[in-house]
Amino acid sequence: MAEVPRSAVATERISGLSGLERERRSEFSRAWRRFKRYRPGLVGLAFIGILVVFALVPGLFAPYDPIAQDTAMRGAPPSWAHPLGFDHVGRDILSRIIWGSRIAMLVGLGATAIAVTIGVMIGATAGFFGGWVDSILSRFVDTLMAFPTLVLLIVLAAIIGPSLVTVIVVIGTTTWASYARVVRADVLSLREREFVLAARASGAGQARVILRHILPNAMGPVIVLATLGIGGIIILESALSFLGLGVQPPTPSWGAMISDGRAFIRHYPQIAIAPGVAITLTVLAFNLFGDGLRDALDPRQRE
Amino acid sequence: MFQYIVRRLLQGLIVIFLVTLATFGLMHLAPGSPVDIMIGEAEVSQQVIDAITKKWGLDRPWYEQYLVWLGNMLRGDFGQSMVRTGVPVSQMLLEAAPVTLKLNLYAFAVALVVAIPAGVLAAVRRYSLFDYSSMVGATLGVALPNFWIGLMLIIIFAQKLRWLPSGGSGSWQHYILPVAVLATEQMAVLARLTRGATIEVLHQDFVTTARAKGLSEVTVIFRHVVRNALLPVITIIGYRLAFILSGTIVVETVFAWPGLGRLFILSIDRLDYQVVQAIVFLLTILVVIGNLLTDLVYAYIDPRIRIQ
Repeated sequence: MAEVPRSAVATERISGLSGLERERRSEFSRAWRRFKRYRPGLVGLAFIGILVVFALVPGLFAPYDPIAQDTAMRGAPPSWAHPLGFDHVGRDILSRIIWGSRIAMLVGLGATAIAVTIGVMIGATAGFFGGWVDSILSRFVDTLMAFPTLVLLIVLAAIIGPSLVTVIVVIGTTTWASYARVVRADVLSLREREFVLAARASGAGQARVILRHILPNAMGPVIVLATLGIGGIIILESALSFLGLGVQPPTPSWGAMISDGRAFIRHYPQIAIAPGVAITLTVLAFNLFGDGLRDALDPRQRE
Repeated sequence: MFQYIVRRLLQGLIVIFLVTLATFGLMHLAPGSPVDIMIGEAEVSQQVIDAITKKWGLDRPWYEQYLVWLGNMLRGDFGQSMVRTGVPVSQMLLEAAPVTLKLNLYAFAVALVVAIPAGVLAAVRRYSLFDYSSMVGATLGVALPNFWIGLMLIIIFAQKLRWLPSGGSGSWQHYILPVAVLATEQMAVLARLTRGATIEVLHQDFVTTARAKGLSEVTVIFRHVVRNALLPVITIIGYRLAFILSGTIVVETVFAWPGLGRLFILSIDRLDYQVVQAIVFLLTILVVIGNLLTDLVYAYIDPRIRIQ
């Protein structure tokens, strides 16, 4: 009877010596430890956290109504009560910036979700089935990747008619090619691995093999790519809104605010400054967060 | 080799056919009719409207219109603008294209001259102050929306300092701001690429060999490292050719620059089908040829790559 505890102690000692103990940490906590080492990534994450809170409850933080116009204050410069001043029709710019975070996040996350879904489905199909399916899909992906996204977006947005939903759908359906390419390459190599063979041998159907065994193993690079892509999508949204083909007034969108700033650049040049800073910081935050995630989740791609 | 080129060109033709077919079909699904825009505010009888519709072939089904368009295109006839009635589309393109090309060439030259040395130096002096500051600059350059930089430059240099014109084209001063904006974006991308590629080459065995046989560091960097590091950079430039041009759409709008980008946006706005169609057509050709040329150049300078 006395044997049992002793062997347990021994096992613990051995595992402690051989470093096996570290294996007990979950996948998540190991990734988090690696992520924490890259400080700019943490800064990016913190900024994104603030933005998410702004986007969820902008009313709590915005000092004024973002679409209420005070015609007497058109283009008034910053003051203590209105730290960023007023726009060309007398709306509080700070409040519009805070509400604008909601549009940026909606488009950034919504379009990315659509793009990832399409890209993963197409990439997995091409990689798993191979043959002529792969040839046709890969050609399509190559062409889409080579074609300038902004041109496609402009044509599509003009045809469908500009609105928030149009922007999200149109960006989502034109930016999925890179996910398809990455997933295809991963699936190509994963489908030859032993664990896939084991799953097949134990009677798993094709759908189960793809969804439960192959895709979860291909998600790391996709998550990294998606995070790094959000910044680009936010810039695309603001470019579309700047051209008048995005979110329509009076909804506060950072890109549309810059467009207002351009129209009144002679009289109220300060209107365009704040929304540009907001876009830059947001894109920067997502890019830094994505760099950190890449180090944590996808060590192969590290420079 | 010859077979490969022919096959790629045939694939390219299919791509061009599909892209033009898709744009044509989509444009005709768009709400609003170009006839309404042609007429504008004028009071016109139904007969006139019908006559215009018939004249432009808009009464026929869209696939028939597409075939007519395709036939004309193959004979080199881009049709006429529906908005600037009677002006041939080819003339509008010929007016706008040189301006856009010049703008992009200058910007690209500036970007190359700054970004490649900066990227190489950052890689060679890795973790130095220069490396950090240039990479911070490149990270910022990617995050800055180019139309916003444009506006800020206009406010500073055109409005406050009154050194440069805020828009339009003509003198050399008109080039400075738009070229700066376009170059910033490309510089950021190129500098990061060059740095990454150079770091990779620095770790290769042949670099160690070159150093071991006593070559000076300068010779090692210029003769062995940079030449090899530029390979991936050239490829990416080739694949991004069409993207580089699309960057001008927004910048030309900001600076009221009379190039292809602005023509594209204006034509989209006025439903000037013929012009939009022609620009998308040219762009697709550029994408196809750019990709093919890049693949060929890459195979030519890097014999390890075999084309089948």
